[in-house]
Amino acid sequence: MNGKARSHITQNEPLLFEMSSLGKRGYQLPELDVPAVDAAEALGAENVRAEIEGFPEVSEVEAIRHFTRLSTWNYAIDLGLYPLGSCTMKYNPRLNEAVARIEGLAWAHPYQPESLSQGALAIMAALEAALAEITGMDAVTLQPAAGAHGELTGILLVRALLEAWGDPRKKILIPDSAHGTNPATAVIAGYAVENVKSNERGMLDLAVLDRAVNEDVAALMVTNPNTLGVFEEEIARIADLLHDRGALLYMDGANMNALAGIARPGDFGVDVMHLNLHKTFSTPHGGGGPGSGPVAVKEHMAPFLPVPRLVRRDDHWTLDYDRPQSIGRVRAFYGNFGVLVRALAYIMALGSDGLRRATMDAVLNANYIRRKLECCYRLPHAAPTMHECVFSDEIQAARGVKTMDIAKRLIDYGFHPYTVSFPLIVRGALMIEPTETESKRELDLFIEAMIAIAREAEENPDLVLQAPHHTRTSRVDEVTAARKPVLRWKP
Amino acid sequence: MLAACGVESLEDLFAHLPPELCLNRPLRLPPGKSEYEILDYFRARGTENASGFASFLGAGVYRHYRPVLVDTVVSRGEFLTAYTPYQAEISQGILTAIFEFQTMICQLTGTEVANASMYDGSTAVAEAAMMAARITGRRRVLAVRTVHPEYREVLRTYAKNQGMAVEETGYEEGSGALDSADLESKLDENTAAVIVQSPNFFGIVENVNAAAEIAHRRGALLIHVFTEAVALGILEPAREADIVAGELQSFAIPPSYGGPFAGIIATKEKHVRQLPGRLVGETKDTRGNRAFCLTLSTREQHIRREKATSNICTNQALIALMATVFMTVYGREGLREVAEQNLAKARYLAARVPLRFTGPFFNEFAAVCTGWAPEVINEGLIEEKIIGGLPLGRFYPELNNCMLLAATEMNTRDEMNKMAEALTR
Repeated sequence: MNGKARSHITQNEPLLFEMSSLGKRGYQLPELDVPAVDAAEALGAENVRAEIEGFPEVSEVEAIRHFTRLSTWNYAIDLGLYPLGSCTMKYNPRLNEAVARIEGLAWAHPYQPESLSQGALAIMAALEAALAEITGMDAVTLQPAAGAHGELTGILLVRALLEAWGDPRKKILIPDSAHGTNPATAVIAGYAVENVKSNERGMLDLAVLDRAVNEDVAALMVTNPNTLGVFEEEIARIADLLHDRGALLYMDGANMNALAGIARPGDFGVDVMHLNLHKTFSTPHGGGGPGSGPVAVKEHMAPFLPVPRLVRRDDHWTLDYDRPQSIGRVRAFYGNFGVLVRALAYIMALGSDGLRRATMDAVLNANYIRRKLECCYRLPHAAPTMHECVFSDEIQAARGVKTMDIAKRLIDYGFHPYTVSFPLIVRGALMIEPTETESKRELDLFIEAMIAIAREAEENPDLVLQAPHHTRTSRVDEVTAARKPVLRWKP
Repeated sequence: MLAACGVESLEDLFAHLPPELCLNRPLRLPPGKSEYEILDYFRARGTENASGFASFLGAGVYRHYRPVLVDTVVSRGEFLTAYTPYQAEISQGILTAIFEFQTMICQLTGTEVANASMYDGSTAVAEAAMMAARITGRRRVLAVRTVHPEYREVLRTYAKNQGMAVEETGYEEGSGALDSADLESKLDENTAAVIVQSPNFFGIVENVNAAAEIAHRRGALLIHVFTEAVALGILEPAREADIVAGELQSFAIPPSYGGPFAGIIATKEKHVRQLPGRLVGETKDTRGNRAFCLTLSTREQHIRREKATSNICTNQALIALMATVFMTVYGREGLREVAEQNLAKARYLAARVPLRFTGPFFNEFAAVCTGWAPEVINEGLIEEKIIGGLPLGRFYPELNNCMLLAATEMNTRDEMNKMAEALTR
């Protein structure tokens, strides 16, 4: 084995429900300073529940050990490279955690008077302005709770604008390289989906689009750079084509980490886009959320943004609900404020030069991996690499070893796998995004591991096919999990 | 590294971009700042907000004590900086915690299956309504006016573009509970679901089972909404509800000016294939050890694309973990005790102010402002470092002389005396 990982003991731990014993407690409430109340009398006996069957009862030390033991069964960015393509798993600065916990921010109630919310509103205003500058767009809403939620907001804005122009139209064009959320979003927004084929360079083809864009098309949803890590070089001409025919250009900003400080979607002709603060702007993924998916638009779509809108009036910030053309609310309150705080702290720390430098380093790291792995893995698209590169398992598949097997073997070498089997346009895809926060040393360890696995696939494919060998949990039976779902503990 | 990449400078890596699309100037943002300067900036913003105030605001976001263990656990990098647990072999920590979360939500709500969490309560309600439409094949939903006003706004945004109609039913002038005659008259054969919040926006405990019976008679489902999860510690679950959609903010999730929170959807086993969002299931690994993994993903967008049940891609794993730790720390006895304290505090305050409604309430109620207007009372309280209740006229013009007051275990007797005095002055 190489230098990154070696097995160590991990603790076993039952489920909470299996370790509970009657009467154990891990809390202490203050003594009640008002008279106690009889619940049955106050609420009606029929409204009062018996005790919660099966609910845990553990001591404080048992609780902390339980969750600490569980935590050691996870991989995390704090342990090493997490090269999931299109997920932008960069380091999550701890300063951002500290500022989000400042009392006046963490305990701010969304309905406290505006006179007592000026700090929160100023933070949101500063973030809106920074995101508008970074994207080259005119207005930003921070309300959407995640990337897919931002997509939905964006497509509802498309519908609203086209409706105001007289016809919302019927369908959304989506490239075959797109994230699965794009087509699902279009349907939730009431549109039909038409897939558009990429050309052999992995890019959108102007000729194909020319045939596809007709009076039924509301918008094209494009990720740029796309999921192959390739910049759509025709993007400006694509925008012109759409606009000439009364359609709009939506950009999925999932891969903004390849552009920040270098190029701006607002300068490509994009009408509306979303950002993922949990990707480009370093807020932690937390095992699957919370995220935040702000939406940025050009001036002509601004009247339709969700209410409320943050505005400056007489030297203070205020929330404006009087927006007759708005698509309405997409979420209660004003968005995932705690995530917004973290993202602004990140932008402040990097500043103008730092953001540009981060983008360059992210692209450098991806190109470095591409160059070093071209020897052993097939690269199906030769176009220049931006922030991520996509290989196929074609060479290894000849020996029966597929992308998922290589991914599982990578775990034995101490790394989280890359994104497996995506994008769908590459057969057996290995999608690798290192991000800018990885050192050359970490990248070299990863490259060594990938080369070693390629050799193993050649010489001893079974070793790879049975991987992982060194984890406390070996490959799990996902088929039985789906066929006979057990979704909760039962005594 | 540059040499290995065959370029001379970092700029060369971008040489293939059309030059007219590149930014030819620095971003107009300040230069990078130090850790100390950034802390200072955010501390200053925190001070401009209400800091160190007592508060009687609820209305969907509640001030409850957050046990220290919660932040201790969620600050561990293995939870904080992990991705969605697609690679089960190295994600058993978060998968196990989510499985425990799903179980506890079922135990609390009296349901058979719960998902791994939603963005928040408002989007959970909208997704629950779409789920009911898929199950029943009907396109109309009825929401009681005492469902959180902002949840109803979100529901309308989602429904409009799905060609679903949302209509509202009223509440009883006296009790503040839903008007069952109005509900019955508005139900028809095209109604997919009736949406009832309990405790409702006015804090009143509804008879959800009776509403479910009315809905079921016309073949509609009943969606039970909650915004105050601590109430589940003492209230009998609405066992006749078909779908439960709620907000867990009360379980150690900071108010944080409205988010991030975590919503849930729970339901009966027979509806599991229509459930949106992530699900964790139990299985075994090849060595026969118990293991967990994400499952039933054929409902989801990354597999089904345009045929998915929802476009939702993430859950709110870290926030759900906060709630899981909260439920663990308090446990069977503690959650009941917290709920009883809330009940006692709210009764204490309620006994000192005129009440607008007569229905039974948990920790929140509408008070009538007999003298000054709610906004004027609140303005006066700021000097005493107290944030008063929510003026109800903002959402219910007919209640413009009322404010919604919440009292939790964190409100002291002294604060409540001051609040009552200001209100009745």
